[in-house]
This record gives sequence, C-alpha cells and structure tokens, in this order.
Amino acid sequence: MADIPLTAPRPTRAASKGAWFDPIFQFACLSAATLLLAALGGIVLSLAIGGWPALHRFGLGFFTSTTWNPVTEVYGAAGPIAGTLVTSALALMLALPVALGVSVFLVEFCPKRLAQPIAIAVELLAGIPSIVYGMWGLFVLAPWFALHVQLPLMMNIPAGSIWEKLFYGVPNGANIFTASLILGVMILPYMAAVFRELFLTVPAQVRESAYGIGCTPFEVVRSVTIPYVRSGMVGVIMLGLGRALGETMAVTFIIGNAHGLPQSLFDSGSTLASTIANEFTEATGEMHTAALTALGLVLFVITFSVLAIARALLLRQRQD
Amino acid sequence: MTFDRRFRRRAANGLFVGLYALATLLALSALGLIMWSLLKQGLGGIDLDVFTRDTPAPGSLGGLRNAIVGSAMMCLVAMAIALIVGILAGTWLAEYGGDSAYGQLVRFLNDVLLSAPSILVGLFVYELVVRPFHGFSGLAGGVALALIAAPVVTRTTEDILRLQPNALREAGVALGAARWVTIRKIIWRGAGGGLLTGGLLAFARISGETAPLLFTALNNQFFALDLTKPTASLPAVIFQYALSAYDDWRALAWAGALLSALTVLSINIIGGVIIARGNTRP
Repeated sequence: MADIPLTAPRPTRAASKGAWFDPIFQFACLSAATLLLAALGGIVLSLAIGGWPALHRFGLGFFTSTTWNPVTEVYGAAGPIAGTLVTSALALMLALPVALGVSVFLVEFCPKRLAQPIAIAVELLAGIPSIVYGMWGLFVLAPWFALHVQLPLMMNIPAGSIWEKLFYGVPNGANIFTASLILGVMILPYMAAVFRELFLTVPAQVRESAYGIGCTPFEVVRSVTIPYVRSGMVGVIMLGLGRALGETMAVTFIIGNAHGLPQSLFDSGSTLASTIANEFTEATGEMHTAALTALGLVLFVITFSVLAIARALLLRQRQD
Repeated sequence: MTFDRRFRRRAANGLFVGLYALATLLALSALGLIMWSLLKQGLGGIDLDVFTRDTPAPGSLGGLRNAIVGSAMMCLVAMAIALIVGILAGTWLAEYGGDSAYGQLVRFLNDVLLSAPSILVGLFVYELVVRPFHGFSGLAGGVALALIAAPVVTRTTEDILRLQPNALREAGVALGAARWVTIRKIIWRGAGGGLLTGGLLAFARISGETAPLLFTALNNQFFALDLTKPTASLPAVIFQYALSAYDDWRALAWAGALLSALTVLSINIIGGVIIARGNTRP
C-alpha cells in the first residue's frame, strides 16, 4: 500500500540523503516483529521443556488424577483444571448478559450526553488492577457473601435435597462461586467495551430501515443489530473466556486454594493459575516445579485455543 | 387484536430497555462499590510515612517507599524495552510487511500474546532469565513486564499508523526523503499523540501486574536501587501484606491498593483525554 511504484531513477538524480539507512531500519522493524513471535514461541517451548518431566512421569494420569501431594511427590491436575473451567464458565454466564445489556444500552438507548461518561466509567472498571479486585473480594465480598447468602441458604435448605449438595461448603465466602463472581466483574467491562465497538460497526442505514418499517428499539436490537454482528459476538465471548481462564491474582485471593475436585458451588477449589502463583516460589523439589510448569502448559494450550478461535471469528466479522 | 399486539410489543420494548438500564446500573455500582471500599479502607493509611519509610516488620512503623521505587524502576525498564520493540514492530506491520503471510502471522500471534495469561509470561522469564543467572532480580521483573507491555504498544502503533493518510507518505517520497526519514519525521510525528496513548495504556496495564513479578523480581524488604537483586514492587507487597494476619500490614496493603488503583485510573483518564483531543482536531 505504501509502496510507490518508482521506475528506475534518472541517472542525474542524487540518491536521497540517508537512503543507505533504509534497509537497516526495515531490518530493525522486522527484527522487532520477529522478537514478539519468538517470545510466544519461547513461552511454549519453556513450558513444554520445564513441564516434560512431570508429564513424562505421570502420563495421562496427570490430567485425570485429583491427588496433588508435594510430600509423596504425586501430582494430578484434575482439580485445578476443573476449577479453571468451572469458574471461567460461571464467570462468563454471569458477565455475558450484563455486558450485553450495558453495550446495547450505551449504543441504542442512552442519551448521547450520558453515553460517553458511562462508557469511560465502564472502561475504568477494566483498568483496576487484578490484585485490587482480589483484596476487595477477600475483605469485602467474601464476608458479606458468607453472612448474607451462604448462612441463610444453609439454614433454610431442606436436608437431603439436591440444593443441599449444590450449596454445601464452609461458610467463609472463599469458594468457587465468589471467585466466579469476581471474575465476572473483571471480564464484564472488557466484554462490554468490545461489544460496544462491534455494535457501532452496524451501518446506520440497516438500523434505520428497520425503524422505518416500524420496529421498536428492542426489535431492532434483537432482529437487526445482534444478528448482524453474530460471529463477532462469539469472538468477544471467547475473548472474555480467555481472560477469565488466565486470571491469576484475584482468584488466588478468594478461591480457597484446595486441590481436590470441587464438590459443590460453595466448595473451595483452585485454578491452574492460582496453584502456580501460590506454590511456584515455594516448590519443594524438581518434580514439584515440573508439575507446576506442566500446569502452565495446560493453561497455555487451553487459552491459546480459545483466543485463536476468538481472533479468527473477529477477523471474519471484520472482513464481512 | 392489533391493539393487543402493539401493546405487547411496546411492553416488551419497555421491559428490555429497563433491563439494559439495570445492567448498566449494576456495572456502574460495581465500580462505585470497589472505589468506595478502597477509599474507606485505604485513605486513612496514606500519609507521608507511606512515601518516606520502607516496608516494616509487623507492629512497627513503616511505609511503602521501597515498593513504590521498585515498581517505578521495573516499569521504567519495561517501558523502555516495550516502546522500542513495540513501535518498531508496529511500524513494520503498518508500513512494511503487514499484508504478507508472515505479517498476518505476527499480527495474530501478537494478539494472542496480548491476552495471554500474565502468569505464563512470569514462568517463561523465570526459565529464561532467573534460572540461568541463578537469582531473582528486578531486571527479570522488568523483562517480564516488557513482554506484557510490548504487544499493547505494537497493536496501538499499527492501528495509529494505518490511520495516517497515504498522501503523507507520498509527500515524503515527493520531497526525495528516504523511506525511514519519511516514517520518522512525518508518519511518527503525525501519530505522536496516538503513540503516546499506546504507551500510557501499556504502562497502565503493567503498573498493577502482580503475577509475572512473583517468580521474577520476587520481593525485597529493604530499600534497594540495584536491579540485579530481588526487588520489591507495590503489587507484590500488597499481595504479601493483604494475606498476612497483622492488622497494620493489612492497612498498608489497602493504602497500597488505593495508590495502585489511583495511578492506573489517572493514567487511563489522561490517555482518554489525549484520544478525545485527537478526535476533535480538524
């Protein structure tokens, strides 16, 4: 695009000043781009090499066993894997309707004067460091949740019902559900911002023609706007999921850090990222470190596939 | 019949507009609640001691000076690396090879790197820097943060440069300027505000990062300017103190969290103002 077709310069024309530096500059730019590529490659490679001893020793059992015991040096990742998938899925379920609501409200219904400040406020929510979310979750949300949700539920649920199983847990507020709640709050502004950008790409003519045949605003959103950006929306959802899967600090604060398979919604658990954050610097031996690195590899494979799908879908939306 | 249907459609519309507004209210109140507890718990802890004293032993007087200085140094190192790599890589994507197959691969993988879990970056830098050099260091922390900031800078640089009109490039060539001179003196200069914003956003992103520092910079109880040694950082200290059992440590953690959040928020607001100004410029 930037290439200007120049035919061979006339012999009288002097070369541009500094033209000798052109190839060097271009090479420097190319090297920088390649460095980013190498960084991602390096991440995969270092995780694979570092985690290999654990994967080699435990084989498939690494993924199916729920034992995580640094003393006997037996490591199985089923607990953290399940914790990661469950919290992320729950977070997505909690955040998706709200994010969709916020973005639709901002694009379609909100008075123009209010839309910009609200959008900025929502983006600020995305900027708050994850450790602050973690502290808030541990010191504000967890006690409140234990007192006002968990305890009343435990007292009022008939013994032996399926609900009792679902809501079983130590009433301290540090559990799978509150971790998902925090995660949901964290990915909500991010998803809302990208949704909003997507909705703004819907051409005005398309929406106006729908209004022209007498649709109500809600019908325009449901039948025109959302179908128009459908594959992009799936992309955004996957991006949000990718964020939730890899989120570390906030979850580490509030999930309770138990290694077993979570038995209920209010049971404590762990995620891949939180286990690494908690134990890596205090790893007891080579195998412990290797097992933690293998957890990192699993996390990478999961997030990479999710993000790759997300980007592919968003790219397709942009090209349509 | 038709009246009934019209009523139903109107009711559905009203119901959903109400739900959307409720969702927005919910998101805003989350922000309000978090900021309120931060201010309530953290504001009391912020005094001069926080900036002039180092992290204390439990029960004694202290502040966060070493953590703040450590964070600032590591962010500086990270931003220096990230700006050079990111602006050059973004320039390559926008001006040179962005449309080639390799360019598309780089762009795709950069986007993946952009949202990759930051703790994995920490693990990578641990294997890359900490293990070979036998020790945690502030430099390793800086490298880890740079790896998180660089994709952000790359992405914004490419986006901004692509917005520059081709006429500018043609004008440079018409003046007989070499291509890199055109890029440096015309394209980069025209995109200056956008590049600055990209840098600010990247800085905001890394200034609160904790996970990648845990296994790279570790922590340091004392004041130190030597980046080859373990270095304290605000997020790492917050993490350690918040999970401790001492009330005064927890109070310091809240003060640190408030500082950290305010830094990020003000950087984001400044970036937003620059963007808004750029948009209104003719």
